[in-house]
Amino acid sequence: MINMMEVQGLTFTYSGAPEPSLNNIMLPIEKNKVTALIGPSGCGKSTLLRAMNRIHDLYPGHHYEGAINLLNSDEQAYTDILGLKKEAEMIRLRQRVGMIFQKPTPFPMTVAENIAYGLRLTGVKKRIEVQEVIEKSLKDAALWNEVKNRLNDDARGLSGGQQQRLCIARAIALKPEVILFDEPTSALDPISTLAIEEMISVLREKYSICIVTHNMQQAARISDYTGFMYLGEMIEFDQTDTIFMKPSVKQTEDYISGRFG
Amino acid sequence: MRLLMNKVFLVLATTAAMIGLFFLAWILFTLCIKGVAGINLHVFTNDLVNGGLRNVIVGQLMLSGIATLFGIPLGMLAGVYLQEYGGNSKLTEFIRDLSDVMMSAPSIVVGTFVYAVVVIPTGHTSGWAGVLALFILMVPIIVRTTDDMLKLVPIELREAGMAIGASKYHVTMNIVIRYARAGILTGILLAFARVVGETAPLLYSSGSSQFWSTDLTSTFPSLTVSIYNLATMPDEEMVQLGWTGAFLLTAMVLFINIIGRYASNKTRR
Ligand SMILES: Nc1ncnc2c1ncn2[C@@H]1O[C@H](COP(=O)(O)OP(=O)(O)OP(=O)(O)O)[C@@H](O)[C@H]1O
Ligand SMILES: [Mg+2]
Repeated sequence: MINMMEVQGLTFTYSGAPEPSLNNIMLPIEKNKVTALIGPSGCGKSTLLRAMNRIHDLYPGHHYEGAINLLNSDEQAYTDILGLKKEAEMIRLRQRVGMIFQKPTPFPMTVAENIAYGLRLTGVKKRIEVQEVIEKSLKDAALWNEVKNRLNDDARGLSGGQQQRLCIARAIALKPEVILFDEPTSALDPISTLAIEEMISVLREKYSICIVTHNMQQAARISDYTGFMYLGEMIEFDQTDTIFMKPSVKQTEDYISGRFG
Repeated sequence: MRLLMNKVFLVLATTAAMIGLFFLAWILFTLCIKGVAGINLHVFTNDLVNGGLRNVIVGQLMLSGIATLFGIPLGMLAGVYLQEYGGNSKLTEFIRDLSDVMMSAPSIVVGTFVYAVVVIPTGHTSGWAGVLALFILMVPIIVRTTDDMLKLVPIELREAGMAIGASKYHVTMNIVIRYARAGILTGILLAFARVVGETAPLLYSSGSSQFWSTDLTSTFPSLTVSIYNLATMPDEEMVQLGWTGAFLLTAMVLFINIIGRYASNKTRR
């Protein structure tokens, strides 16, 4: 086994906040596995996820301590992404570590352009190549059959579930190594949710995945590892079976059995 | 007692609205009656000197159009700066306040200002002076619309753009502005409608001319200024021409406004 990412002793403080929102967090993201983050609202799950592609840095003044190591493409060594400064490095980071948000965020363009856009920014210009990637990503995101005749329609005309799968297609078109999901199904109906869960279990073969979810069954169904967070701390991290069957910390047990949270 | 107060207020408010509407209807009615009577092909094919309005209509559209052409890039750039790059700095607040003040500045003041800084030094009225006056009136409106429309773009969309590796510049140009495109376009259209009907800023800047001209360096034909001049002439025919011009101007402004509203309704859906 090999870790794609390793969060090591991360302490994160929002700009102007008196206290850190994350305290000394440890979290490995194993390659080609699904890691789930659970915990009550406000415990810092999104904050942690958003540190892992440094999307926090859109806004000035936040403060990181510790390290977040990302495996280099040659798989020989790790780079601490908290050390990145230049815009070009940040862009490269976000191409390698993709992110899917809670609310679907289609760009104001056609379905095809939504996918082609990020691709063109990476320098892929040839039309045929772009079209191939569009088709392949939409197939991987289990959306191709539904939209193959609507590629030139405005993406905002798709249903919520389709929009979310389009966002996933858009992310995987860039061939990321890690995909971060922040409650990707909480705004969707059960059928779209199922479609996305199935897709995630397929995506695991190619990508390393970290998913935040409020739905405990979802975490149990799709993840290999689960981390339980509470008040900015990583209370327990283990294999998903262990966390749900015989957690070693009392707080974890209380949370998953629904006694608090 | 409270019910009675309610009724009284309702009656007062309705009456006030009725009075307002009555005068509006009266103005429009008179305008139509007097204006339509004078409309014929002759008006559109002859210049003012020959009893037509061709040169002044074209002149008015040129003045406003060129002012818009210059106003769009400056106003939009400033609006984008305020919303996307300015943050909450003092400078941002200052520019916002300044453009709000400019927006409510009486247009005659702008006209007088241009008179002082352009017309007096150059010694004569000119098309460019008129363009400058309209430009000054217009830019704050475009700044404000752009600022407001970009504010409506969901923050998640910007984050999503960054998350696929777009730079701030790309997110702004390709995603944020595109999302707000229709709203900004409507704002520009309404700003155009606003300046196309202005008289005061042109009175001492472009002046008006009886003759066909596309030379912005000299006194320039203007519809609004001509209406103002025609209305006070002793000659019946000239006054009639003034009414016709007023009617055409109103129809034009109304038309642009309707397009603008239609477009903005369409985007809100
Ligand atoms: N921009 C911000 N500035 C300051 N504090 C913030 C900011 N965003 C979040 N916080 C705080 O950080 C803590 C963690 O928030 P976070 O959004 O990570 O929680 P979460 O676990 O994702 O919750 P939820 O399940 O509700 O999404 C909360 O106490 C929150 O108030
Ligand atoms: Mg969250």
